[in-house]
Amino acid sequence: MYQALFFLFAASAVGFAINLLIQRHPIHSALSLIGVMGSLASLYLMLGAEFLAVVQVIVYAGAVMVLFVFVIMLLNADKEEPSDRSKMAKYLGLPLLFLLLAMITVVIYRQFPEDAMVQFGDFPGQTAAIGRLLFRDFLLPFEVISILILIAIIGAIVLAKKEP
Amino acid sequence: MPPVTPVHYLFLSMALFTIGVIGVLTRRNVIIILISIELIFNAVNINLVAFSSQFASISGQTFAIFVIVAAAAEAAVGLGIIIALFRNKETVNADEIDLMKW
Amino acid sequence: MQTSDLIRILPEIILAVAGIVVMLLGAFQKQNAGRMHPAIALLGLLGAAGAIAYQYPWRSLDPAFGGMLELDAFSAFFHILFFLVAALVVLSSSEYVAQERLASGEYHALLLFATMGMGLMASSNDLIMIFIGLEISSLASYILVGFRRGVATSSESSLKYFLLGSFATAFLLYGIALMFGATGATNLTEIHLALQAEQNTVTAMASPQLTPLVGPVPTALVGLSIALLFVGFAFKVSAVPFQIWTPDVYQGAPTPVTAFLSTGSKAAAFAVFLRVFMVALEGSAQDWVWLLWVSGLLSMVLGNLAALLQTNIKRMLAYSSIAHAGYILVAFTAHSEEGVAAVMFYLAAYALMNIGAFAVVSHFGNRGERYVEMEHYAGLGYRAPLLAASMTVFLLSLIGIPLTGGFFGKFYIFRAALHADLVWLTVLGVLNSAIAAYYYLRVIVFMYMHPAAEQIPVERVRPAMGFVLIFSMAATFLLGIFPQAVLDFASQAAALLLENLGNGVL
Repeated sequence: MYQALFFLFAASAVGFAINLLIQRHPIHSALSLIGVMGSLASLYLMLGAEFLAVVQVIVYAGAVMVLFVFVIMLLNADKEEPSDRSKMAKYLGLPLLFLLLAMITVVIYRQFPEDAMVQFGDFPGQTAAIGRLLFRDFLLPFEVISILILIAIIGAIVLAKKEP
Repeated sequence: MPPVTPVHYLFLSMALFTIGVIGVLTRRNVIIILISIELIFNAVNINLVAFSSQFASISGQTFAIFVIVAAAAEAAVGLGIIIALFRNKETVNADEIDLMKW
Repeated sequence: MQTSDLIRILPEIILAVAGIVVMLLGAFQKQNAGRMHPAIALLGLLGAAGAIAYQYPWRSLDPAFGGMLELDAFSAFFHILFFLVAALVVLSSSEYVAQERLASGEYHALLLFATMGMGLMASSNDLIMIFIGLEISSLASYILVGFRRGVATSSESSLKYFLLGSFATAFLLYGIALMFGATGATNLTEIHLALQAEQNTVTAMASPQLTPLVGPVPTALVGLSIALLFVGFAFKVSAVPFQIWTPDVYQGAPTPVTAFLSTGSKAAAFAVFLRVFMVALEGSAQDWVWLLWVSGLLSMVLGNLAALLQTNIKRMLAYSSIAHAGYILVAFTAHSEEGVAAVMFYLAAYALMNIGAFAVVSHFGNRGERYVEMEHYAGLGYRAPLLAASMTVFLLSLIGIPLTGGFFGKFYIFRAALHADLVWLTVLGVLNSAIAAYYYLRVIVFMYMHPAAEQIPVERVRPAMGFVLIFSMAATFLLGIFPQAVLDFASQAAALLLENLGNGVL
């Protein structure tokens, strides 16, 4: 069951990602990315990362992607003409790269110790533990990242506001 | 069926990473390039969560939350820059952004 | 968290508070706000520098925040360098900000936040903090580059910087994730121990009901991770082959921001680069040294050859900045204590002379950066003798003429490389600095030997700008005549950085 679900969601994530790559209109690409994120959220659930799955859906697929869609609509971005480079990449690059990937993965698979083959899914819920970790071991990054968000706010306002 | 191992997740993450890299290198619409970069950030997160589950330690998941925050901040700034550029040049096509040459 | 932890991030706290105050000032005070911003920014930087001195007794304690920060002499050296660079940039940009009508509050706030991020980068001992520090400083830089909103080249270089920069960050992040997968740790010292023992460190924290991963570290994963980390850092220091963004960004950015990027950001990136590779990955040095060798050589050759062809002075300095990253990588390739000290000394010398050179370019560029071509500099030696003289000093130091800081910088780099038996790299590096002399001298020839073709106005030098020029000139000479004090500090910091690695006690 676990294996079947893994392959279902992994295949849908990769499918959406490839769709993102070959769609010509930015809106379709953005919607495909939401599909990828949804599939990944399911995988996070299967890995026992409920909190992250929820954050993924609410913050990432929800808020961030809405921002993307909003900007695409605002700029009224059009379809792009396929270039020679993208055609070549589609027919030649993708299969070659997947071959390379498979090779790397086999090498790593061989090197992984036998004990590493843990059965996933029986890792207990960790939301409370994440909270504790954020305010204890990861207190500094947690506080400092607020400055990052502040910079993003300032930047978005400074760059996107109209000239006075 | 063989059990699902971290290496399966690693493969999935590498596949998404590669697709994201191809997207950045071949697409011309800057918004799609930005979307491809977001895809790479997602690929990073799968790795972090899978390894975190394998090690039975939650620090990987916590790191993934930081990655999501950083990705959101980057998206906000990136879209701001794209809007600023669009005001100046009326284009989102990377090929037409060529005022400066080597 | 304890009081000692708070004291150890005091400089960052001061900078963040100063940045927020600068940002909010415009809301409360409409008049004179433009004059207050640089003053508050300078006060903040001064306070942060004072906090570094205040921290001294706390420095030798355990790492702060459970191993997130390591406040050693290495981080103190870079903190002081960043604060100096930021203060000089604030001083030299006051006329530029007024003349280009930039949003002064946001400009200074972002500058302070970027400096804070760079400070965090220099003292982070954990890949998570390194990532966040890097994000803070890069995100602020992307915005600063695009600050001339009405100018197409500025937004364009901002977009290029942003897209390529976040692409490189994504690579770096993937490398961090793989390193976490291979060793089970994000802390640099833990990674070092795991790689040394070839065992994962997670056994201790694993919960009992699961079989934890115990066993050899998968070396393929480590190798891949090192390659990705290298890509990320090489981009940030603009080393070949990840340098494509540099000329466009340096040309399109506001000149004071270019000065900041080419000195502060580069030094911060090298600080992290050094700490990650020399602390965490020292054990697998044979895997990455050749990457540095090739990249260093290519950066020197490509940077210098491309700089020969440039007519725009900002673009020329951008290519020269790629070449200087190459020289620094030569010392890095030595991966010895001496090499680390040489990198640190060179970064300090390069920062001071480059800030000076960009200050002249910024002042002479006039409104809208009109006069940044080489031919505009014709006859400058007669129209503005002092400005031209200071530019000459900075350019001679960039060449590496004795009596200037650049000379000792190069001397220490090549000495460290020779002691590490990198004879070929040293020979090629010295040859490269000879090529570089040509394009720097060309500017000097333009300034003194060519008659001015058209009447180009040279504004009077304001006190703030005058101070920057005098200070950088004095510092350049000081480093060229009495380099020992700074070098001793750098050597001591390098020794402290590396001393704990040998005996495995951390």
